[in-house]
Amino acid sequence: MTAVAPVAVPIAPAVHRGRSVTWWGMLMVIATEGTIFLCLLASWYFLWAASKEWPPAGVELPDLKLALPFSFVLWGSSIPVVIAEHALRTNRIGTFRVGMAVAFVMGAAFLVSTAIDFNALHYGWRDHAYGSAFYTIVGLHAIHVLVGLVMNAVVQVKAALGRYDRGHHRSAEAAALYWHFVDGVWVFVFPSLFLAVHFQ
Amino acid sequence: MAAIDGPLELTAGDEIQVRNPLGTFRRPTATTGWRSWFTTVDHKKIGIMYGASALVFLAIGGLEALLIRAQLAQPNGQVLSPEAYNQAFTMHGTTMVFFVIMPLLAAFSNYLIPLQIGARDVAFPRLNALSFWIFIGAGLFVYSGVLMGHIPDNGWFNYAPNSGLSYSPGHGIDFWDFGLQIAGIASLVGAVNLIVTCLNMRAPGMTLMRMPIFTWMALVSQFLLLFAIPVITVALFLLMFDRLFGGNFFVVDQGADPLLWQHMFWIFGHPEVYILILPAFGIISEVIPVFARKPLFGYPFMVFSGIAIGFMGWGVWAHHMFASGAGPVTVAAFSLSTMFIAVPTGVKIFNWIGTLWGGKLRFTAAMMFAVALVSQFTIGGLSGVTHSVAPADTQQTDTYYIVAHFHYVLFGGSLFGIFAGFYFYWPKIFGRFLSERLGKLHFWLWFIGFNLTFGPMHILGLQGQPRRTSTYAAGMGWDLMNLLSTIGSFIIAIGFLVFIYNVVASRKNVLDNPDPWDARTLEWGTASPPPAHNYDVEPSATHLDEWWHRKYETDDRGKLRRRDKIEYLSDPNFDASSVHLPSPSYWPIIVAAGLPLVAYGLIFTYWLAALGGLLVVGGLFGWGFEPSVDPDAGHGHDDAPGHAPSPEPEPVAVGAGAEES
Repeated sequence: MTAVAPVAVPIAPAVHRGRSVTWWGMLMVIATEGTIFLCLLASWYFLWAASKEWPPAGVELPDLKLALPFSFVLWGSSIPVVIAEHALRTNRIGTFRVGMAVAFVMGAAFLVSTAIDFNALHYGWRDHAYGSAFYTIVGLHAIHVLVGLVMNAVVQVKAALGRYDRGHHRSAEAAALYWHFVDGVWVFVFPSLFLAVHFQ
Repeated sequence: MAAIDGPLELTAGDEIQVRNPLGTFRRPTATTGWRSWFTTVDHKKIGIMYGASALVFLAIGGLEALLIRAQLAQPNGQVLSPEAYNQAFTMHGTTMVFFVIMPLLAAFSNYLIPLQIGARDVAFPRLNALSFWIFIGAGLFVYSGVLMGHIPDNGWFNYAPNSGLSYSPGHGIDFWDFGLQIAGIASLVGAVNLIVTCLNMRAPGMTLMRMPIFTWMALVSQFLLLFAIPVITVALFLLMFDRLFGGNFFVVDQGADPLLWQHMFWIFGHPEVYILILPAFGIISEVIPVFARKPLFGYPFMVFSGIAIGFMGWGVWAHHMFASGAGPVTVAAFSLSTMFIAVPTGVKIFNWIGTLWGGKLRFTAAMMFAVALVSQFTIGGLSGVTHSVAPADTQQTDTYYIVAHFHYVLFGGSLFGIFAGFYFYWPKIFGRFLSERLGKLHFWLWFIGFNLTFGPMHILGLQGQPRRTSTYAAGMGWDLMNLLSTIGSFIIAIGFLVFIYNVVASRKNVLDNPDPWDARTLEWGTASPPPAHNYDVEPSATHLDEWWHRKYETDDRGKLRRRDKIEYLSDPNFDASSVHLPSPSYWPIIVAAGLPLVAYGLIFTYWLAALGGLLVVGGLFGWGFEPSVDPDAGHGHDDAPGHAPSPEPEPVAVGAGAEES
């Protein structure tokens, strides 16, 4: 198969109402991934409740110097994505691409701040249950940010190739939904892992 | 709720342009011949493969059960060593839950849901193939460990800290852990797919409250999977971290708590019970009305009690942990919730009885299995209610009473329901009858064998025989009951052989009528077996039990009569070249092959993991750029290659079908 020529889609099109199956599929993925984070946070509180000291004696509390401002960067990155989604619906591909690019930079900055924070920690993930849980949860969220960045890049390439126009942007909608999910998860992870331990 | 994208539209991944980034693979085109099974994305073929492979695992899991029963036939049994006995019951439980009942239900869900809602295929046909091949990979992976001597021996719920490195050295638990992780991915992919299919792909007029009851129960069970599988996935990952990478989630002297495993396992494990039973309820709720010649009694109650079970199933997990020292408040709360969950299940039992009541009953093999489910599940349900009484439960925990209970629910319930489905749907799926005479022989062997095996275990349990103990001393008063139980298990095995013979012999019993049972739901309106595109005539629904309403009407005096002319949804003159089905693809099996390699790699050597990772990533890359419908493919009645492409029906830009994926 070497054909590159555009070929008309051979399926009899039907009246399209509501969201695409791609969007619904992504929503289901988010439901199940959200459960994973729910479960991990429950484990975090369960281990906390079962131990005398949390974090264990001699272990530093999480540092907020970078984590706090860059959390707001991550949450803020949903704004350009919302703008981009709106632009897509009104067929302004240029605005869409700028919005996604801004969000990409903000997400990448958050990822870098997480890496710096990890690097500065004085305990490893093998040292105790606290360390295992902290690295696992923050690390899993960082992987989700990374996946969001990859999706963002793919969408950017597709837009550059001119594959989105009016009504044809399922993958972009799904990527945007995922982006909001990754930001939304941090609304629960950050207070649990970074703030709550400061206020006990 | 969901939008209907048009009844027969195949929505997933419709692409405008063709690209072949790797440039080397020719896309598979065959839809017949043995090769086509490896690349098919047809939900019907995938359903058949799920069923066939699960039956193989049923034979394996059954042999393990026979080993266990042979060991326990007499006091001081010498058939298995204590170590081998632990391995046998662990593999038996793991196999039966994850590699037999779940895939058998996946088989029915895959095959029936698109047909019952009047769709061409599922929402994401290639993902469907992916979830099947991942499941196969998981099963082969676990059993490859068995062949290499890495056999798990910690029971199917694998409690910490016994699952840790210090108590379970060797790789048996690792194989179990990775196997279930991989199988979990298969279930999740399937759940996403089937939920979106139910929400988005229904035929015109097929409102949610006109969906056949099997589709409803399967949908509830897919939602349970969607939220239950991630819970056990987290638990399995944490265990993997502990065992292979020095994590400390279940290591007590590092500040962890092994109860965490119990909670997570049962938060998964109890919804899992409903995942295993609800679709079986759905099957018999299709079978009983057909053979009672009455509509299902209280359809809305059936639907909403199923949904209620789906929600309440999340609030009862700690009744598995009454003996773990959970504290009086927890125990009281979970006692109450466990008593309450019997209510929606009881509603279902009464609805089945209501359906049978006053019906013109035809006791076919399918009907006998279905009615047996009702009675045997009632016994299992009632012994379940006795567990909710915590003081009694602490006495019953870890005795054969528990073993009796869950076999009445999962074997007497799920498996009997599944075999009702086999006898009922065999003509639909293969265009052949299973012999009724052999079917009834199978039924009586199973009915007698099952009750003989598991009935005495209630008494043995109350007399104190502990489960998971490889032998018992003579003179405890347990000898006779154990011997009866073992005899029963071999009767079950004979029944299974009768079924297999029936399958082989069914080749000759060709159908003369696509609707042999005079059934009620849409799928019986098309040919048996259905064509690749399911329906020649576009289905739609104006009633619950749509197909029945197309066959029967009330005459002037209000009397029911069969219509003179019944319009089938199949049409011998139909030109299938106007139907463009999703094309076969290599990528699902390639991606699926990568996962077990990653698991071997993490256990033995990282090189294999890198190779597996390459397969997964490369496979997904190829997948992402491959259009779900091959524009070069020919179309015809079998959608075989070689036909001239038909004229394009519509220009590109119209509607959703032309969208970018």
